This record gives sequence, C-alpha cells and structure tokens, in this order.
Amino acid sequence: MKSMPIVIVGHVDHGKSTLIGRLLYDTGSLPKERIEEIKETCKKLGKTFEYAFVMDHLKEEREQEMTIDTAQLFFKTPKACYTIIDAPGHKEFIRNMITGAAQAQAAVLIIDVSKGVEEQTKRHAYMLAMLGLKNIIVALNKMDLVSYKKEKYVEVLGETKNLLSKLGLHASYYIPISAKLGDNVVKSSENMTWFEGPTLLEALDSLQVSETLADKSLRYAVQGVLERAGKKIFIGRVESGTIFAGQQVTFYPSGIEAKILSIEVFGKTQSKAVAGESIGVTTNASVSRGEIACSGKKPEIKKEFVANIFWLAREPLQINKELCLRCATQERVCKIKRIYERIDSADLRVIEKEAKTLNETEVGKVLIECDKALVLENFNEIPPLGRFVLLREENVCAGGIYVY
Amino acid sequence: MDYLDELESKSIYIIREAYERFKRIAMLWSVGKDSTTLLYLCRKAFYGEIPFPVLHIDTTFKFKEMYEFRDRLAKEWNLNLIVARNEEALKQGMNPSKGKLACCTALKTEALKQAIKKYGFKALLLGIRRDEHGIRAKERYFSPRDASFRWNYKEQPAELWDQFNTQADGETHIRVHPMLHWTELNIWEYIKREQIPVNPMYFAKNGKRYRSLGCMPCTKPIESNASTIDEIIEELKHTKEAERAGRAQDKEQAYMMQKLRSLGYM
Repeated sequence: MKSMPIVIVGHVDHGKSTLIGRLLYDTGSLPKERIEEIKETCKKLGKTFEYAFVMDHLKEEREQEMTIDTAQLFFKTPKACYTIIDAPGHKEFIRNMITGAAQAQAAVLIIDVSKGVEEQTKRHAYMLAMLGLKNIIVALNKMDLVSYKKEKYVEVLGETKNLLSKLGLHASYYIPISAKLGDNVVKSSENMTWFEGPTLLEALDSLQVSETLADKSLRYAVQGVLERAGKKIFIGRVESGTIFAGQQVTFYPSGIEAKILSIEVFGKTQSKAVAGESIGVTTNASVSRGEIACSGKKPEIKKEFVANIFWLAREPLQINKELCLRCATQERVCKIKRIYERIDSADLRVIEKEAKTLNETEVGKVLIECDKALVLENFNEIPPLGRFVLLREENVCAGGIYVY
Repeated sequence: MDYLDELESKSIYIIREAYERFKRIAMLWSVGKDSTTLLYLCRKAFYGEIPFPVLHIDTTFKFKEMYEFRDRLAKEWNLNLIVARNEEALKQGMNPSKGKLACCTALKTEALKQAIKKYGFKALLLGIRRDEHGIRAKERYFSPRDASFRWNYKEQPAELWDQFNTQADGETHIRVHPMLHWTELNIWEYIKREQIPVNPMYFAKNGKRYRSLGCMPCTKPIESNASTIDEIIEELKHTKEAERAGRAQDKEQAYMMQKLRSLGYM
C-alpha cells in the first residue's frame, strides 16, 4: 500500500496533536493496547481521554503537555496509507518542525478559530513555502468554541488567505473542524451544515502528490566507487531525468565527458533508470564522490552564490567563519561572506540589513563563498540540487535554497 | 517506480551514505524479519558482497529456529558474522527471572557496548521502523549515542533532504536506521516480492504464530491462522493489535521502552 507523508503544523495549542489523535482514533488505526495505555495514563493524571497523548508519547511530553520532537504514526484509508508527522509548535523546537516538514508531501496547517493567525502559524507557513511544499490544507479548528458560527470561519479564512498569498502559497481547502469533538475530521459535521466542502480525510484522499522529476534533465549524483568482479561501479542516485546505457554525459563540476556503459543493479538486468533510483553505473571515465553526471540542460556551476538560509542552531551564525556545505553528494568548505538581510521568520520583517549574525529561527538572504565550484539548480526546477544544508562540527545548523 | 521501489531506493541510498561516511561500521542483525530485510538491502546496495561485519547480539535465550536460520543465511550469503555475548553476565547466571529490565540491559545493551568497544565500531546499521513503537517514531535516520549509549532525544539536530549528521567524536557512535520509513505491512509486501528468506516461526502452526521475534522466555506468539506470506499481509491489513504485543519488555511497566531506549537498547 502506498504511503504518503503529511505534516501537521501550526501554532502551539491550536490542536495539532489532538487532531492527529482524532484522525488515528476515528480511522480505527490505534492498536487496542495503545488506547488502553492512554486511558490508563489519563486516569492517573486525573483527566478524560486526551487525544493528544497518542502522539505525545514521551513521558515528559505527557507531563508538560507539549510535543518536544517530531513524531510519526500511520493511518490508512482505502486509497492510501498516511504517514502523519506531528511537528512541535514551540519556537525552540523549530529544528524538529523542519525535520518533520522536510519529509512531507503535503501539509495540514491548523489554526484555532478563536485565536486566529499567530506567531508560529506565520513561521510554519513560511517554512512550508521555503521547503517548497505545494499541497496545503488549512484546518480551522475549535469551531465548537465559537458555536460553529460561519462568520468566525469566514473571518479567519480571510486572515489566513492573506498570509498564504503573501508567501506565494495556495491552500487546496479551508475546512472548519473540531478535532476534540470530531467535526469534519473523518465524519461530516451535523453542526456545520452551512459548510459544503469535504471532510479533512476526504480532502487528503483527493490530493495529487507525486511530482516526478523523470522528465527533467539528467542529474546523477555519484555517492562512491565500488570494485566488483574487476569492474569499477560508480554508485549513486538519479536525482532527476533518466540515465541509460550508451548515453553521452558530462560529469560536473569537473567537466569530464563520458559514456555510460552499463546500469548496474544487483540481481537484475536493467538498461535505464529514472529519478529516484539508487543504482550504479560503469563508464569510460574515472570520477569520484560528489561529481554529477549531467545531460540535457547545462547546470549552473558556481563558487559564489546568493541563497536564502534558515538558521537552526542555538549558537548564532557568524559571518566569515568556516562551515561545511552539502548539496546532494557534493561537499564544500564555505563561508557566509555577507548577510544582506536578516529576517524574522514569524512576521517576515527585515530586522537588519548587512547583518553580521543570524539567530536560531531567523532567515537570511546571504552570499556564500565555497572553496571550489559546485553544481546548483533552480530549486523549483530540480529541488535536490537547488537546496543544501550547512554543517558546523558535522551537525546540520541551517537549510538553504539557492537563489542565483 | 512503485512505492516498494521508492522505499528500497531510499534505504539503499542511506546504507551507502553510512558506509561512505564510516568505514568502521557494522550491521546489527537480530535474525528477525526486519533486520533480515535490512541485510538483504545491504546485499543489494553492495552487489552481494557486504563490505562490513554483521553483528548478532546473542543472549543465548533465542529460539533454536533462530540460530539455525542465522547460521544457514550466514553461510549462503557469505557474511562476515560476529556473534557477541556478555559472557561475564551469563557466567553469573543472568536470566529474565532476575528482572526483565536487568536482563535486557546485561545481555543486550551491555553485550553490544562490549562489542562496539572491542571492534571500535563508529556506526551501526539497525532495522528499526517508526511504526513499531511510539518512542521509535522520534528517531532520526542518523542518530548519535554517547559513550554510555544515551540517546538525547530532546536535543536532536535537524535532519533534512537526505543530509545526515555524522558527528562521532570520542566514544560516540552513530545509529543508522535505513528502514525508518517502512511499515510492518511494507516489510511483508517486500519480502514477498523479493522472496527474502524468513524464519518459519512467523507462519501459523496450530492457530498461533510469532509476529515479532525476541528471546524465548519473553516472546509469546499471537493467535493467528496466517500460514503464508499472503495470509500475513491480509491479516496486517485488518489487525488492531500492536506488532510488539507479544514482547514482554514493552509492557512490563509504563515507560519501560523509553527507559530501555535511552539506556541504549536497540
């Protein structure tokens, strides 16, 4: 059964974990044991059944009532198996939110209608835009708190549309729900007959997500070299396009021209491979990890470039300090030479021009200089080569999108 | 590519990344269906010659069928198999009647610590999946453990776009989980498609089968009539029982799995 990862994002206490608990419970996806365990824990803590506890599995989270790390669970409909990623709403857990959202193919942005758009709503929406997530459903939650009034739904819908359009995002649906009571999540609500759209589950089932990169220019990222039966196999993954035996390619950034002699897959004979496949190739050239076999449109090859980065480490970014950059299998030593703009990810306000540092959760439009040139692509065209991470002491401290 | 191809491809990519980053790496093989599938994926990733050892932590309390299965595959697939035991604890008579937490800690966690130290492994490949247990849903693909094996799940660095954190200073080692994104159902669908050998204990005999395999005293079969892979797949599409329902260490007390995990249990 095909699995589709979705992420649930939104401001703290707007009901993310509750929504997930409700989805799992109403689709009958929870093991009996888990329900018993939650009932038992709730009883001990003197509470009624708390849907949020399904996800907030860690002890500390139960006691402090918040989601610390990103967690995942699964539920099924006859159409698909969903991997549901719950991302923490607290600002200090932004690293975990990004980790969760980066794996998703679709997002549910949840907003408490009684409170409207808040700081994390904006920050999370901005992160979705930055990660390039295009399938978005807005769930306007806690309709029970506003007596299921249509006016309130319309009001917050307008506010949300404004925010999303500013970010160049577009939501497929705006659904009024109550995660706590189950309205319009899996079951259609009798309390909101004025709403004619689908339930959240129906909306998810209707999303078209598989975006294939097979039709783009070939980009094959070399991971390494293996010697098998006297043959050199260059292992790697097709990041975009199609690779086939007999194909004429150029390895960049080195510029070595070569011919693909064979596609190597264990236990199978295969003469071509498409975007997403981990394979091996033999070729008449000798290359190493980090080279990208290209055909079709010539890639951008740059040593210095402008990018948008979001800073994810506690310790701030300092300009002109050495960092490590990884993009597909390419790795470079780099420095941030300039921070043109330091931006608050919550309200997208430019905090400072020509800044010297970036703090956790802040976004920067920066100039990056690498020790050697690397292959880059327009993020919207070939995402795997349009995005990169920065590492400090081998820990990821920023994600970035190549601009020009 | 269908969805099984996608799962497979991502896992192979991660296995190869781990090997590129860490030459002192081993794969942890519990001889169950998940880690046997991982073993199969490692063979695929490296064209039949796995370039690192396969480590089996032997508590000596495993089922006879598991030992037979292990030795048969080790030979057929020409594995560099390392069997590691906590001999000291076994000599002193450690067994589950001394407490399940104490037994798991001594015979699994301690035995693994000793093996990592002895062979100097900097990274371990494990076949865990996110859907197995609530706490495992918090795992990253690359997850560091400190010298005393603690997992600092609150301070995990970000992981995105198949770029992994590879810091392994001093006595830290990295746990690599190439199958984190698979489900139990996916495993059986893939076993069927690829005809991967599985331990016969997973198939029902006299109305019972094992859904998850561990040590003999602490693993109970579930009620089932699924005696073929197809029947198991059908059963899993409808079940509401947790996969590890037959595994005592998960249930003994609330938060036991969390305790075990932060102490370095697999």
